[in-house]
Amino acid sequence: MKKYSHLLPNDKYLNQMLTSMGISSVDELFTDIPHEARLKGKLNVSGPMGQMEIERKFRDALSTDKVHPSSPCFLGGGIWPHYIPAAVNHIISRSEFYTSYTSYQPEISQGVLQALFEYQSLICELGNMDAANASMYDWPTAAAEAVRMAMRITKKRRVVVSAASGFERRKVIETYIEPAGGKVVELPFNAETGETELHEAEMALAEQDVAAIYIEQPNFFGVIESRVREFSELAKRKGALFIVGVEPTSLGILEAPGNYGADIMVGEGQPLGISMSYGGPSLGIFAAKGDLNFIRQMPGRIIGLTSEKDGKGKGYVMVLQTREQHIRREKATSNICTNQALMAIAAASYIALLGKEGFIRLAKTIVANSHYVSKRIEETGRYISPFFTSEFYSDFAFARKGEGPRGHELFEKLASKGVHAALPLGWFYNELKEVNMISVTEAHNMRDVELLTKALLEV
Amino acid sequence: MFRQAKWDEGLLVEIGKEGRIGYVPPEPLGPDVQLRIPEHLVRKELNLPSLTEAQVVRHFVRLSQMNYAVDLGIYPLGSCTMKFNPKLNDRIANDERVTNAHPYQHHSTVQGLLSLLYELQTNLAEITGMDEVSLLPAAGAHGELVGVLMIRKYLQSRGQHEKNEILIPDSAHGTNPASAAMADFDVITVPSDERGMVSFEDLKKLVGKKTAGMMMTVPNTLGLFEEDILKISKLIHENGGLMYYDGANMNAILGRVRPGDIGFDIVHMNLHKTFSTPHGGGGPGSGPVGVKAFLREYMPVPILEKKGESYSWRHDLPHTIGRIKEGYGNVGVLIRALSYLLTLGPEGLVDVSSQSVVASNYLLRKLEKQHYQLNHGQNYPRKHEFVVSAKPLTKNGVNALRVAKALLDEGLHPPTIYFPLIVDEAMMVEPTESEPVEELDRYAEAMNSIARRSAEELASSPKNTSVKTLDEAKASHPLTLRLTWRSQKK
Repeated sequence: MKKYSHLLPNDKYLNQMLTSMGISSVDELFTDIPHEARLKGKLNVSGPMGQMEIERKFRDALSTDKVHPSSPCFLGGGIWPHYIPAAVNHIISRSEFYTSYTSYQPEISQGVLQALFEYQSLICELGNMDAANASMYDWPTAAAEAVRMAMRITKKRRVVVSAASGFERRKVIETYIEPAGGKVVELPFNAETGETELHEAEMALAEQDVAAIYIEQPNFFGVIESRVREFSELAKRKGALFIVGVEPTSLGILEAPGNYGADIMVGEGQPLGISMSYGGPSLGIFAAKGDLNFIRQMPGRIIGLTSEKDGKGKGYVMVLQTREQHIRREKATSNICTNQALMAIAAASYIALLGKEGFIRLAKTIVANSHYVSKRIEETGRYISPFFTSEFYSDFAFARKGEGPRGHELFEKLASKGVHAALPLGWFYNELKEVNMISVTEAHNMRDVELLTKALLEV
Repeated sequence: MFRQAKWDEGLLVEIGKEGRIGYVPPEPLGPDVQLRIPEHLVRKELNLPSLTEAQVVRHFVRLSQMNYAVDLGIYPLGSCTMKFNPKLNDRIANDERVTNAHPYQHHSTVQGLLSLLYELQTNLAEITGMDEVSLLPAAGAHGELVGVLMIRKYLQSRGQHEKNEILIPDSAHGTNPASAAMADFDVITVPSDERGMVSFEDLKKLVGKKTAGMMMTVPNTLGLFEEDILKISKLIHENGGLMYYDGANMNAILGRVRPGDIGFDIVHMNLHKTFSTPHGGGGPGSGPVGVKAFLREYMPVPILEKKGESYSWRHDLPHTIGRIKEGYGNVGVLIRALSYLLTLGPEGLVDVSSQSVVASNYLLRKLEKQHYQLNHGQNYPRKHEFVVSAKPLTKNGVNALRVAKALLDEGLHPPTIYFPLIVDEAMMVEPTESEPVEELDRYAEAMNSIARRSAEELASSPKNTSVKTLDEAKASHPLTLRLTWRSQKK
């Protein structure tokens, strides 16, 4: 018996099936493939292997890898180490959720549909927005699609993007808008405070062709932008949309973007109960304010509430599908169809588990922990921490005083000591070659902090 | 008889009550901190429901019981390939050393993970007949976008700005034209002929100086292998265009045909389909892209390289289309795909294409021809999927939708319906290689028996599902649109 027979149930019955069709061999079903098109010989690929062997192979390969929490991780920048409550994985491991497909037949797929409706609702509560889609791939692609949506709505081409936004977000925005004739204008940040420069935005918006301003709150450096309202008002005055990117746990303590004028809110949903998984699968958050015409321009799938045809019971279905590629083809709002639905269900169950009180406590713990670690780093006497003067959430920059490793060298030295920390900001900013970044969440305990500070003193 | 669970499950916001909590976050390590930010940026209101862990778990478990899935039964959605997902893959992908790795951590600390990704990359290049593979794209459509962006960048770097048309068959997946449009190409639709394949005569008239490339799915969405594929790729190449392969239907040709050998320059694969990873109700997926060597420099960054025995990411490709997402692809899905691939090996992959193709032709022949007719290419064998038309049933007042809803009552997931658009009353069936023959018999019997019933009998379906037929028009109507709890309250 072949090693993979358990996957292919008709191995033994193939001949019977063929006979019943009046066919002599499987190859007869492939005779339509021109001879020159066929692969001669055998694929040079690995396998076949039995289950036990495969498990051993993966375990052996991974055995030397050093990951959180045995090697503490203080890296962020778009994916952060967070604790995942046990119930979240239990819920998304229900195979009725995780082995289902897109709900094309709503009557038999109410589970996923209602769960995604819950997700949309929770995201709108967090951001005070009117509509959310049922997920994007990640924060960068959500930001990029938000900018494209703004270009469609305003029929303008320039987008003003804060340089204090995540590197990957800025780069993916560039990739996505270039074919549409879009152009990114970067807003510098203040070298002292770490906040985006408002007066530069005024200059950039003197041009009439601006579709959107994109600001992150908190920004890539973890710095809380204190002038988001002014950015929002400026955008409105110039007929541009205001897009805000968020790390969602911060919304337990920071004002909802919808309350300071965000037209579109995007963000990374990974902190909401999704493992880091080396950067994927994560969850792109996408929500919008506004009327139906605005919502019609949104990319991605949206779930809505309806009733049974006889008007009695309620139920959920995919809505506004006439925006989507399977109906509109080249006129669709986006090409996205497969999204990150299961991750959205994880996020919905995570937010539900924490609830109002848990969510606020989580944000407060993160604030307290990040300030505590910053202070501990400062107390080593070797570092300026935090590096930027404005208030921060979770992430903060710090810099070496006097002699000693810094930037990429510091990052490498810490990694060799089994601590993942001190993201070198020189990777993303020429002017910050000497500066590193630490990310702290609720997932860090005192042991992690001791290991970090000890390592920082030893290098 | 099949009966789906039916819970009168309220919304979280209806179940929640003040003062409860389902998970208590850790105490802070240091003292409470008052933020030094303007008062107007501090949150005053947070309208989240409060529930216990038991309430949350019960809520979602009840919802899950009202959901169909591959683990519950056959899911023959044509062009979506829903095969069984071997459980080994999940166990391996849930290894803490995969799930807890941070994308920015030093590459020397994740060499094991990178070696596995590299092994997958190398194997996928071999399977598709390509020289390089990027594992970055998060879904098939994302891979398509990457592919057409590479075509654009390649042509532009050669100064061929006049080339702005992408040819796409009328039977193609809707994502193809949507992706091409996102990359600023004009979409030219190529009609199918009576065989159901690209009409070569029409194609010749449409190809020219402006041709940037052609996107094709082989076998196509009718389940037919494009007989003229070698002629087509030659014609496109002669006109300076590139050939793009949509890998959604690759299941059918695994180990038998490699896109790279039949003239394709770029390929995307849907790992969650062909390489069996659970689709999670709509994602995550994974859409790696393979290219021929001349396109290597146009690939998205970063690319995974092996130098000696060490693996690392390279960021400085001179002509790269740029970045396309965060991190390095949907790693959880990639790990599952490698596990599946290792299970099968070279002969196993060929057996997958054999069994999926046999299953589809077997099921097709079991359907009663007076009810379900084949519109195209009667003399051609189908590949892993086929499309029949339920048109003959319309004279009895029955259509594809009614058949689908009646199948739900049998506990069987219906085929894809009303796609591709070129077939009236289309029903697109893809049984995949993971269904035993008894299940195929049962499916055919159910479809035939439904076709023999009267319109009146079928009108009441579905009645065994957790809800009856839903009002989809009302759900999308501006006056009755309800997208959140908030709008529900209005």
